[in-house]
Amino acid sequence: MTATDLGLPSIGGLDLVPTTDEPQKAKEYKSDQEVRWCPGCGDYIVLNTIQSFLPTLGLKRENIVFVSGIGCSSRFPYYMNTYGMHSIHGRAPSIATGLATTRPDLSVWVVTGDGDALSIGGNHLIHALRRNVNLKILLFNNRIYGLTKGQYSPTSEPGMVTKSTPMGSVDTPFNPVSLALGAEASFVGRALDSDKKGLTEVLGAAAQHRGSAVVEIYQNCPIFNDGAFDMLKDKDEAAQRLIPLTPGEPIRFGAENEFGVTTTGYGGLDVGKVADIGEDNLVVHDPSIEDTAYGFALSRLGDQHLSHIPTGIFRQVARETYDDQARAQVQQAQEAKPADLQSLLTGKDTWTVE
Amino acid sequence: MSTSANGSATAGIEALSASRPTEVNRLERVVIRFAGDSGDGMQLTGDRFTSEAAAFGNDLATLPNFPAEIRAPQGTIPGVSSFQVHFADYDILTPGDRPDVLVAMNPAALKANIDDVPQGGTVIVNTDEFGKRNLAKVDYESNPLEDDSLSAFEVHEVAMSTLTQGALADTGLGKKDAERCKNMFALGLLSWMYHRPTEGTEAYLREKFAKKPDVAEANVLAFRAGWYYGETTEAFGTTFEIAPAKLPPGTYRQITGNTALAYGIVASGQQAKLPVLLGTYPITPASDVLHELSKHKNFGITSFQAEDEIAGIGAALGAAYGGALGVTSTSGPGIALKAETVGLGVMTELPLVVIDVQRGGPSTGLPTKTEQADLLQAYFGRNGESPVPIVAPATPADCFDIAIEATRIALKYRTPVLLLSDGAVANGSEPWLIPDASTLPDLSVEFATEPNAPDESGEHWPYQRDPETLAREWALPGTAGLQHRIGGLEKAEGKGNISYDPDNHDKMVRLRQAKVDGVDVPDVEVDDPNGNARVLVLGWGSTYGPIGAAARRVRAKGMPIAQAHLRHLNPLPANLGEVLDAYDHVIVPEMNLGQLSLLLRAKYLTDIQSYNKVAGLPFKAEELEGVFTDTIREVGTA
Repeated sequence: MTATDLGLPSIGGLDLVPTTDEPQKAKEYKSDQEVRWCPGCGDYIVLNTIQSFLPTLGLKRENIVFVSGIGCSSRFPYYMNTYGMHSIHGRAPSIATGLATTRPDLSVWVVTGDGDALSIGGNHLIHALRRNVNLKILLFNNRIYGLTKGQYSPTSEPGMVTKSTPMGSVDTPFNPVSLALGAEASFVGRALDSDKKGLTEVLGAAAQHRGSAVVEIYQNCPIFNDGAFDMLKDKDEAAQRLIPLTPGEPIRFGAENEFGVTTTGYGGLDVGKVADIGEDNLVVHDPSIEDTAYGFALSRLGDQHLSHIPTGIFRQVARETYDDQARAQVQQAQEAKPADLQSLLTGKDTWTVE
Repeated sequence: MSTSANGSATAGIEALSASRPTEVNRLERVVIRFAGDSGDGMQLTGDRFTSEAAAFGNDLATLPNFPAEIRAPQGTIPGVSSFQVHFADYDILTPGDRPDVLVAMNPAALKANIDDVPQGGTVIVNTDEFGKRNLAKVDYESNPLEDDSLSAFEVHEVAMSTLTQGALADTGLGKKDAERCKNMFALGLLSWMYHRPTEGTEAYLREKFAKKPDVAEANVLAFRAGWYYGETTEAFGTTFEIAPAKLPPGTYRQITGNTALAYGIVASGQQAKLPVLLGTYPITPASDVLHELSKHKNFGITSFQAEDEIAGIGAALGAAYGGALGVTSTSGPGIALKAETVGLGVMTELPLVVIDVQRGGPSTGLPTKTEQADLLQAYFGRNGESPVPIVAPATPADCFDIAIEATRIALKYRTPVLLLSDGAVANGSEPWLIPDASTLPDLSVEFATEPNAPDESGEHWPYQRDPETLAREWALPGTAGLQHRIGGLEKAEGKGNISYDPDNHDKMVRLRQAKVDGVDVPDVEVDDPNGNARVLVLGWGSTYGPIGAAARRVRAKGMPIAQAHLRHLNPLPANLGEVLDAYDHVIVPEMNLGQLSLLLRAKYLTDIQSYNKVAGLPFKAEELEGVFTDTIREVGTA
């Protein structure tokens, strides 16, 4: 048997979502619920950034839905004056898949954390990504379990002493960007909670992307893992560590742009001084490269200790989405054959009793 | 040879065959069991024979019985697969207790099934498989065809493999491939013996193997060879006729429970005018619901094969939030995994149809066998006070109506509904009086369009309820002005914001329970023909057939017995307490250790005689007849 060609046109992530000409303000996206995160929590900055960003999309507010799992960040939908569902631990991608598949007129966002997405919900995350459902997944990574008060998470560093690991964690952590790329994600980005501009740029590209877009957001938990990303926020340290990715431009970083990224002998990537590498040998960033190996190599430049952390868009490729294809199959079937219930019930082999 | 009641249908082969005088016996009913190795195609053979019986107009009921392994070691007892079909000239209720005719394709099939054949029963064996090796595989010390161990039966020895290979010698088909057609030889022989119409089978084979015409023709040839063998050899002195059944007038088709269930979902979507999203994960014995629904996308059905059971129900719930009819289908182990999401459905008060085709448990249990031990799981298998309506079909055809009923309740009350089918009704088949689609109930729903706050604030309160049904409004994303947030945390009554208020929680727990308790459920009907019974037998689910057949037998002996059957398990019918009180003694047979009995005792403070068997197979009418008879004797008649 051969599959049916669905002849799908290529469209943007929001092309089927109704828009409005009415100018919108961030305030309209705030619900009447009091925000109950801890003082100093990185979630506040992300919430504000998203509330400021969404009006720029010009979508009808009622056609935006936030679906979350369980965890501190998963309270997010309650604070948004859109539609929303605060679901159960780890399952948000599956619920959002059902919603996005049946409702192409909605912009569906998933809010999740490192425990929610990578531990209890790991399976749903990778399958949503491989299917390329038209979802925007915001992965708040604070490298700790906050809501349950401070156990290590699947992104905590080995040796981390927490309430559940008094002698230090012996788990090897996930690199969320590597994991997403391994799961065939068509869009992967990363930003810092404190970097409003960078986060907004990545969110904008994610929203316009048709398919699954996962954005890892480094987010500070001031109570149980305070300062986990401080070295990316200290100006001097950050210059040595953060690698901003700009499509079409050579990958360079450092206070004087003195560092750059080059290829290694075996096809991987490495960091070095531009003076040593030579400008011509710098890698020019191209997130549209089909081969996931490129984005994967970028995600491996740094280690768990944040030695080198690319931010921006790792991968952005066009690939057919599960939901577009599923809907096209239904539509094609409907065009090919009328929905004649009586004919279905009667079937082919009948007999009559007088 | 006599002409069958349905003369035209048998024209194909009959017209060709030379007539040999055989005695024709008229029977009211017969039970035939085809048994062979898993790879012998017994399910297909039984299914085709059933279709022939259906086309002929008999009433019928079937019982497929097969191992969970796709191909257990060849020739062994664990590898035996069987298909039993009961057909009659009157309305029957069960697939039959014991086969009048056993077709055994190898020694394992004989050994596994012979104990079920009553003395004097007919046994047809494929002698080609009774070599030393195959006998040794099942510990036959001597060949049962040669010793006198089968002397109580009428044994017909037929070299089916050899005869099939002979018939296909000129087709160019390899010996091994030719031998694989022996199930069609057996079907042809039985079709001759029982005057079955044959055109349907030939047409079926040509369609099934349309891409391999040589295989199609080989199967047709083998089928005809079996027919001719009966016709021309003198081994079979008698053929049998079972006249068409006098069923209520109308047009019928044969249907299995799983197909009926899938059609019920299709019909539900149409009657509710909603798109359907089936979110599911393959599991025996529920996968056919997925397979069937996947074929009917033209009815606006999206079938989503998820990464696991949890994602299946998650997608269904997400679709329900968006205004689709969300459905998930599984078996007991899947229900365990879906429990948390069912709870989310209870909390968010969204409509959801959750289908559990029960199988033997606990754990992986008996995947291909039937059981009804998920009742308490359906009732209580979630954290917190998490009530859901529960319905169960009584017969394969009833699966259609029960799917519509489950949908009706889910949509009207905005709640997950548990539908408890089981392996016996799912895979069993029977004639179905095809419903008139124009008379199906209207399930259409109204979505919220305007803010509903009672305080004129212009807000939308997602947990504002219909005072009669207690259902909350279904406000869909995309509706301007009704933006709201729902979730698994306790919600404030009305406004629906997160609430940890103690009184509110107590109130919401009671409201959710009251909503389910208030579901409109028809009264249970009691069948007590003379109104003088002192003993009531109460059942639920697939035990309907054997209970009814046993009750008939008991009544035929002049002993009064009342029968009632529950299709609604939660809430229970309002008159059930009175019904239980009206009888001196109540028997509840269940394929579990007394789960409904436990509920009834607790709810009605009445004693129940719980009769239980958990063997992976339906009750036998004979067995229940004994239980009912003994009880009536003890209780005494009025």
